[in-house]
Amino acid sequence: MQEHYDFIILGTGLKECLLSGLLSVHGKKVLHMDRNDYYGGASASLTLEQLFEQQGKGEAPPAELGRSREWSIDIVPKYLLAGGRLVKALTHTNVTRYLDFMSVQGSYVTRKGKVRKVPATAGEALKSSLMGPFEKRRMAKFLEFVRDFDPEKPETAKGLDLKAQPMSEVWAKFKLEPDTVDFLGHAMGLYLTDEYLERPGIECVDRIRLYVESLARFGNSPYIYPQYGIGDLPQAFARLSAIYGGVYMMRKPIEEILFNEDGTVRGIKSEGEEATCDVLIGDPSYFSDYVEATEKIVRAICILQTPIAGTTGSAQIIMPQKQLGRKNDVYVTAQTHDLMTVAKNYLLGFASTTVETENPEAELQPAFDLMGPILHKFVTVSDYLVPVKEKLAGKKIYVTSSYDATSHFETTIDDVIKIYEEVSGEVLDLDAKIAQPGVDQE
Amino acid sequence: MQKTHSYKLVLLGESAVGKSSITLRFVRNEFTESQEPTIGAAFLARNISCQDYTVRFEIWDTAGQERYHSLAPMYYRGAPAAVVVYDVTDRNSYEKAKKWVQQLKEEQRETTTIALAGNKRDLPNHKVTIQEAQEYAVAEGLIFHETSALSNYGITELFKELADKLPKKSSAIVADGGMTKLLDDDNSGGCGC
Repeated sequence: MQEHYDFIILGTGLKECLLSGLLSVHGKKVLHMDRNDYYGGASASLTLEQLFEQQGKGEAPPAELGRSREWSIDIVPKYLLAGGRLVKALTHTNVTRYLDFMSVQGSYVTRKGKVRKVPATAGEALKSSLMGPFEKRRMAKFLEFVRDFDPEKPETAKGLDLKAQPMSEVWAKFKLEPDTVDFLGHAMGLYLTDEYLERPGIECVDRIRLYVESLARFGNSPYIYPQYGIGDLPQAFARLSAIYGGVYMMRKPIEEILFNEDGTVRGIKSEGEEATCDVLIGDPSYFSDYVEATEKIVRAICILQTPIAGTTGSAQIIMPQKQLGRKNDVYVTAQTHDLMTVAKNYLLGFASTTVETENPEAELQPAFDLMGPILHKFVTVSDYLVPVKEKLAGKKIYVTSSYDATSHFETTIDDVIKIYEEVSGEVLDLDAKIAQPGVDQE
Repeated sequence: MQKTHSYKLVLLGESAVGKSSITLRFVRNEFTESQEPTIGAAFLARNISCQDYTVRFEIWDTAGQERYHSLAPMYYRGAPAAVVVYDVTDRNSYEKAKKWVQQLKEEQRETTTIALAGNKRDLPNHKVTIQEAQEYAVAEGLIFHETSALSNYGITELFKELADKLPKKSSAIVADGGMTKLLDDDNSGGCGC
């Protein structure tokens, strides 16, 4: 390891592995290290034994849950939007060849305590029991507007200036009721809070279109998921990086970050050995002096035996904040055996939200009520860490943010693209295909 | 047209025991004296014709990730076939191979058919005898051959025996190699079909 690299990357979470893969593919020399002996960092998937050991009270998992290896439990529960940019990154780099994806069965929203399917087309909206007949027509009109809107064709904007006018004015224009607005913004726009109402309308319209287009790709829901869990995503990108020459070292504690006299990073020291680099990248756990916590996220992993009422299989259920008297939505995710993350005859139920009170677990109670009988429950509260710009200025160190409370990876990929473009000075075109490496046959 | 059964095959073993050399000998019938540590091949594929069907091996290379004990479980997960390689002149690599066999048996959800390859048999000063490895292989239910990628010894036999022994699922009989995936719009290039 005592060599010079273009980039040294610390931590093998999804963000770091994706960066490592992209940089290696584009010809950079990368050394990628992790203090753990497993890949994934905060975005790993755990076996049953690891879950009980790390998040339980130290007891062994009960025998009736079956073999530990039948389980692959995400620390951060998220699904991929089928039309989203992580999927683009997977196809851009051909990493799809290492993974098998499944379609998530359903996308739901709660309304007055009941779980309802999210209608996403004008046709579905007209059939939905979520609203009265006049409101249905207004919503169908709005969805047609989203579908047809094209920034190049002013006539499709219906007299609105989406870049200037806030979303609240767009809702007013379509005369939609507050409940419908709540539903569209949170269950389809996937906003966690209502802050988007005062942001330019184009942002929300784009997000609702992403939802609708994702749904159109595979049918049941807009979400897809890699078999064996989210933890395989970083491993797949790590393999990509290795194929292009990236060097991987696990179980490497980082003792020190080394600096040049001008204040820029020079390298790292691990187990007494030094490796040098032009640029250092890493997850926030390696840079405690350079990050700050902006909020806390509470997540619960629950082992269930019966599907969540109103759903049939794997599902995403959004509980909009207003209905719960909160500022932030509560997200509920169900995983079934077909995703290869949970043993037969069991389900995994995940709940998460941004912490608002002194008793975070109680904030998830509406989600627990929805899940019904819970066999085992593991609750964790973690800081949402972001890099402090001023402290990193001029150091050639780039730090990723923690994984947020959203149910998908769009913000994850935003962070990756931002860092990639900053460190490489190149614009990343995810629509382009990279060259095929060394695929060969007889 | 003959039915094709397609299998993911992974190579495991200590660094520098000849995993890539065995693959290159098998797939291209080539041998390079100074093989650099592996980079650059996603996977290679070769078909073996058996009596009334064809077996297609999609051979995944480690991409060098074993060098610092950093091979990701995703690499061997779900692989129905594995070739675990050691160097007959390096006792340590044999012990490591046994660990890999153990790990495959403990961690895999489905059964992996394992072949043990004692490579570099052309070299003098063997530290692992053929009898010892043979006895171990019988006890563990492994296919076993001593091999030499340099002199092209035992490699075809090893893969042929693997092809014979692998369970033939009726569902695996798919003309495109069984690689129907949700996201592979562009599978044609991706899997080397």
